[in-house]
Parts: sequence; C-alpha cells; structure tokens
Amino acid sequence: MAAELKIVLQRVLIPVVMALVVGGIILLALGKDPLDYYGIVLQRSLLRSGGAQETVTRMAPLLLIAAGLIVAFRAGIWNLGGDGQFLLAAVASAALAPVLAADLPRALNLAVCMIVGALVGALWSVIPALLKARYGVNEIITTLMMSFLGTSLANVLIKLVLRDPDTTVPQTRSLGVDDRLPRLFGTTIHSGLVLAILAVILVHFMMTRTAFGLKLQVLGANRAAAVHAGLRVERLTIIAFALSAGFIGLAGAVEVLGVWGSVRADWNPALGLLVVPLVFLARFNGYAVIGITLFFSALTVGGESAARRVGVPQHYVLVLVALLLLFLALVEYRDQSRRKPSAAAT
Amino acid sequence: MINATQAVQSTEAPRGFPIPVAALRRITKRFPGVVALDRVSLEFHAGEIHVLLGENGAGKSTLVSLLAGMQEPDEGEILIDGLPVSIDSPRHSMDLGIGAVFQRVSLVPSLTVIENLMLGGSWLRSLARGAALRRFDELSALLATRIDPDAPMSGLSLGEQQQVEIMRALWRDEKLLLLDEPTSMLTPQGVADLGRMMHRLKEKGVALILVTHKLLEAYEFGDRISVLRLGTVAGDIAPQRLQTMSEAERTETVIGLMFGAADPGAVPAQDHEDELAILLGGKLRRAGSVDRSKPAKLSARALVTMPDFAETPLHAVSFELWAGEVLGIAGVDGNGQKHLAEVLAGQRSLRQGRLELAGFDITRGRVPERRLRGIRYVTDDRLGEGTVGTFSVATNLVLKEIGASPFWRHGISDWPLIYQSAREQILRNDIRTPSELTPVGKLSGGNVQKVLLARELDAEANVAILNKPTYGLDLHNQRLALDRIVAAAARGVAVIVISTDLDELLEISDRVGVMFRGSLAGIVENDAAAGSKVRRLMTGSAAA
Repeated sequence: MAAELKIVLQRVLIPVVMALVVGGIILLALGKDPLDYYGIVLQRSLLRSGGAQETVTRMAPLLLIAAGLIVAFRAGIWNLGGDGQFLLAAVASAALAPVLAADLPRALNLAVCMIVGALVGALWSVIPALLKARYGVNEIITTLMMSFLGTSLANVLIKLVLRDPDTTVPQTRSLGVDDRLPRLFGTTIHSGLVLAILAVILVHFMMTRTAFGLKLQVLGANRAAAVHAGLRVERLTIIAFALSAGFIGLAGAVEVLGVWGSVRADWNPALGLLVVPLVFLARFNGYAVIGITLFFSALTVGGESAARRVGVPQHYVLVLVALLLLFLALVEYRDQSRRKPSAAAT
Repeated sequence: MINATQAVQSTEAPRGFPIPVAALRRITKRFPGVVALDRVSLEFHAGEIHVLLGENGAGKSTLVSLLAGMQEPDEGEILIDGLPVSIDSPRHSMDLGIGAVFQRVSLVPSLTVIENLMLGGSWLRSLARGAALRRFDELSALLATRIDPDAPMSGLSLGEQQQVEIMRALWRDEKLLLLDEPTSMLTPQGVADLGRMMHRLKEKGVALILVTHKLLEAYEFGDRISVLRLGTVAGDIAPQRLQTMSEAERTETVIGLMFGAADPGAVPAQDHEDELAILLGGKLRRAGSVDRSKPAKLSARALVTMPDFAETPLHAVSFELWAGEVLGIAGVDGNGQKHLAEVLAGQRSLRQGRLELAGFDITRGRVPERRLRGIRYVTDDRLGEGTVGTFSVATNLVLKEIGASPFWRHGISDWPLIYQSAREQILRNDIRTPSELTPVGKLSGGNVQKVLLARELDAEANVAILNKPTYGLDLHNQRLALDRIVAAAARGVAVIVISTDLDELLEISDRVGVMFRGSLAGIVENDAAAGSKVRRLMTGSAAA
C-alpha cells in the first residue's frame, strides 16, 4: 500500500508541480507575477465560500461526462460526440421540465426529465454505434459529425420550436427556481453533484468488478480476443455507446435542471471534448477522475477571476491543463523506459 | 612491397585467411539475472551457410539481435569486413548489408505486401512500384511462392507473412542474411525451396546465418555448424570436418555439444530421448487405439464458409472425429485451416453445412454455447486473439468464462477467487510468471502457450482444436505441449491438431487429413506410408 501510494504521488504530484512551475515561467515571460496568479486562483476557487461552492457545482456535469467517457474509452470506443449529445439532452429536458412542472410533483418531474435527457443523449449515439458495430466505420468521424449536427439541431429547435415568446434572446422557457434540483445544505450546490459522484463510482465499480465491465475492457483492449472469446461484440459496442452517450445526456439535463433552468440558443459549454484530457489524466480511474475534476474545476473558477485581475487570457487555464498532460505523459514514458530492460530478457 | 603482398593475400586468398564478413570478438550480453552471451567469438564468412544450433535460451536469438542492431553488446566488439562497428539501430544494421528474418512477424498489417516491401527505401525517393514489382517477381520465383503483391498483410496467414519477411530481408541483396528459425512455418516443399534459395545466395557470395534447433536442417544446409549452450560457444564443426563425418558421428558430436556430454545425468533420460526424437524429426509414434465402432463425437458435413478477403474459405469439408482420437490436419499454410478451426470453435459462421456434437446439432451455436458443450480452441495467434496482452495471467485464464460461475456471481467478479484459481493453475501447469497479476504479454512464448493450454484443455473439454500448437516454442515447450495434447486424447478428448509440421503430426495423430485450397484433400490412417501419402496430397495431386 505504501509503495502504491508512492507511485501515485510520483505519477500525479510530480507532473502537477512541474506543470505549475512551467506555467509560472510562462506567466513570468508574459511579465505577470505567477505567485499572484496562483494565489488568486486558490483563494477564489477554494478558500472563499462562494468560490468553493461554484467550484464544486461545476464539477457535476464534468463528472457525468467523465463517467460516460470512461465507459466508452475503456471499451475502445472514441465517443467524441459529447457536445451534441449534451446539448440535445439539455434542450430536451429544458423544453420538457417547465411543461411537466405544472402537473407533476417536483421529484417526479426532475426524474422524468433526467431520464429523458439520458435517453436523448443515447439516441444521438445510435447512428455511430450501428455504423461501428455493423460496418466498422470509424466512430471518431461519425461521433464528431453527429456532434456538429446535434449542436446545430439544438440551436434550430430553440429558435424555431421551443422558443420562449416572452424573451428577446432566443431561449427555452425557464424552469422556476423552486422546481430545479434541490440545493444541498443551504449552499448553492445542487443535488446533481451527488448524482454525478454516484455515477462515477458506479461506473468505476462496473468496469472493475463486474463481468459486463470486464467484457467491455476485453473489447477495448483486443477486439480480436473479444471475438475469439465469443463475446457479442456488436451488442457490446452498441451498449457501450448508449451508456456513454446516456451519461453525457444526463450531464446536460442535470446542468439545465440544477443550474440554468433554461437553454439559450447560443449556449454551448463544449464540455464534451474538454473532459477527454481529464479522463486520460485520471487513467480512466473513477476516483482519480473526482480528484482531477476538482482540480480542474478550481482552476477554471479561480482562473476566471485571476485572469481579470492579473491580466492574462481566461483560457490560460487550458495552457496549464495541456502542460499537465504533457508532463504526465513524460513521467509515464520515463517509467516505461525504466521498466523495459527487465522485460527484454530472453 | 611486403604490404602490397599482404593486401593481395588478405583479399584474394579466401582459402587462406579471408576477412570474415562479420566477426564477433568476446561478446558478452547480460540481462537482469541472466548472462545471455558470455564472451562469444564467432566468424561468419562469405559464401558460407553458418548454422547456429542450440536450445532456446542458449543465446541464439540474442546473438542475432545484436547483429540486427536490436541490442548492443555489453562487452566485446563486432567487426564487419574486418572493421569494428557499433551497430546501434536496425537501420544501421541494414546499411551495413545485414538482413534479418525473425520468428515473429514484424510487417505492417494495414499495408499490402508490396507496400511493406517498399517501406525500407529512402523516404526521399519516390516509390518505384514498377521496379519493386520486378524485384517481387524475382523473389517470388526464387522462393516459389504464390503471394498476391496487392493483398493486405493482415489477410495473409502466418506462414505467408513469414515468406514476405524473407523477401524483405533479401530485398536489398544483402551481404549477410540472418535467418532465425526460418523453417518453423514452412512445409517440406517450402523448406526445400528455401534450401535452394540459400544455396543460390551462397553461390553469389552471401554469408548466411541460419539459426535452428533442427539437426537435420543443420546437416542439410549448413557448411559450418556452431553449437551454442548457455550463452557460450560449446563447439564448432568446420566445413572440412563436417563433410568427412558420417551422419551418426555428426549427431553424436552435436548432441554432445548441445546437452553437455560431460554430465548426461543432468537431463532425465526419458526427457533427453524425447528431445532427441524431436531433434531428429519426430520418431516418436503414439500407439493410439481409437474405438470407432461407437458413434462419432464430432461430425462435420459439407462445411462451406464465406470467402473473406485474401483468406481461403472452406469448400465442402466433411469428416468425423471420435473420442480419444487425434486427427492431424496437414497442409500448406493458408489452405483453409484457419477457417476450419474458427468454424469448429463457433467463431466464424457457416454458409452451408452441418456440425454435430455427439449427435446433437450445434451448427448454430456460438462460442459460449460450444464452450459450454466442451468444445475448446487453442488459436495459433496467441497474442493477437488468444490473449489480451495487457491483461493479467489470471484474467486471461478466465477470458472465455467471463460472467460464468463460480468466478462471477450475479455478474459481480470474485477477484480473490479468480486469483486463487490462477495461482493453482500456474503451479499445476508450470507457467513461469512472476505472479498471477503479471500481464500475459510479458511472458515468453512457451508460457503464453501454457496459459492457453491450461485454459482450453481443462477437465470439461470434449473436443479440442489446436492450431499450430508448437509454433515458435523451444524444444522443451514443444514437448510439453505435445504431451498435454496426447494426455488430453488419452482422457477421451477428441482432438484436432492443425500444423504445418508434418513430422509432429505423424508423431501424435491417429489419422492425418490434408487441407488443400479449402477442401479436405483426404484423410489417411497414420501408418508407415502415411508420410508419403500426405506429402502427395499436400501438393494437390490425386487422393491417396
């Protein structure tokens, strides 16, 4: 256990420190004070109550998307169509929730809308899933294409069909604050977060402790071996797609039902691709995803204030994430090349 | 004047003191815990086929990898044309005129044959397809192969892929050609072709290094034989001496060198004899007694498969197999053996035909159902499909049981039980692995095969299909694999062994069938005349 802990620390802490140091050097080169920047990030994102609540709230959709991506990536499926799945699900639940709110009790309404969101997300993956399962069509291309279609369709739906006539900006009807996901313990954090954490842990359990998860992993690691072992490759592929897109759709629904209450036509947080590097940083491990999402969420929340105060672009946070990925890969590479000689014995 | 004479002597007097094409001087190579090569000195001459003989682990492969630039020696030096060089990469090795063919295929599966062959060229030059095709035809004629230059590599059988490997090594007309167990995949005809090709290359002045563990091949092709044992050169038989020795003397000498004549007690007598039998090309015959009066265990009627790209489909294959019987399937690689194995395993669907297991129709059953009924398949593509290389030995041992009790209850994995069972299997089957959690891809070929055999030849096995069960294994592991197959048959398992090594099939089979262009050209009883009958069938001539 101690040795394992040491490895984790080496593999995670070293890259994090290196990314922060190099990121700081870049800030210095831009003529900014890195300590000032990091100080503000830390203070705004975690040390202040409002900032901390914002940080944690933003984790909810990231975690749900991560849960979806873990399922897909472990099964060797590149679901890069998260944005379309997310937005369509968000629009569907945003359109449905205010209508149903009149008739259904709050809990039931929320449950129905979340299920609808997940189903809409899953539905948007059916075409890439069938193409992949039946004809082996590369899902990177099909999911990306479906994503473009999905974001455009969401936009069109809001402007033409679901538009709230009472607003000037095209958006769906707003769900009353009292009908949204309940807040936790008098904070601004909504209960969708609990759901998201549960989803990630559930997925982690599924992938590591169940026959179904192992089947998906075999499929992802060696498709030929999956065929050889008699796994139903087509069916597994379609289910993995549906689960993945379903979780991402759920993320869209939760974000609408917990935070926004409506969807504006120009709204697209583009989280689908943003979460991809985070999932890789976590090496598809559910618990690591929670930690990394927290770290990333804090960086974004704090980064927004810090960017304004210090005077760097808001997306500087992404530079840090990129550096983090780079150093993580380098540490991994060093480990691999160290291990190699022992494995090469005849 | 004196200098000039010396120069003339050294270049123009090959019989005197020729400069070897390649020379190793006191080469030492260590791996953690192993000294693979210990102060090895050898010389390789132009126009000579130099056979390196030895057991696996004797250091043959390491030696080859040093010359091929895959590894660098820890001590000692390599001389090419008398000049010391440090071969630091495969490219450097090729630049020095060294071409190598390895046991493992290393071609790009997604490219075609001709594209693979054109890969070696400089990337600045445009790809000269016409010239490449001419060279391809030339080499095809030399090797007597029938490979479509535009077929994708992934569609070729292992045997055909290896033929392309040989072509690639010969592509640049090398000065030194390394062949690491090149015959292990070839048919007798293919071996003869290879022999002729080697002879021609030798006449052209190429130095050839042939790594093998087959004694007969060493005699047949070798001008000089060096025997490696435990990382040292145990002995050397020079061409002059080799020519004057009788076959019995040669065998005596070589066996003495290989196994260490000094301590014959080190290897148990029986083992020793068995290994000798393999070395000499399979003189062991199994005295099988199969009761064919009972109904057949497995019967296949007119099996037909869909043609897959660049793969030979089955064309009306029918046979019956009885419990306790070993049916050998011989034939040149790529004549439909792969489809046959996959169809029986349930991995490939039939277009027509019927399969019955003990009278029960299993034509429609897929892998899981057939596995439940005791049908087992040991694939020849051990790392490609037989195992998941990055997964642990334990996981791979249960790869075909995922979701079944007792290791899964209501779909929940019982990892402690899986690990415990794996530890037992590892002990029982003598799988050499640091632990049950080690990724199976890190094990040696012999141990990967032990994992597969442990998984497939379990107590519930009824019918076992084994495709090239000894391919790429060393003598010891070949013996173990064959023993396990024979033991399974003795337990009453109906066994099909597909192999391109006819000697091996004649050793363990009750009957031998021959695949030719997707059909079963014939099945012969394994009697004294079986060898010649099978060879005739393999060439496609009329049934025996």
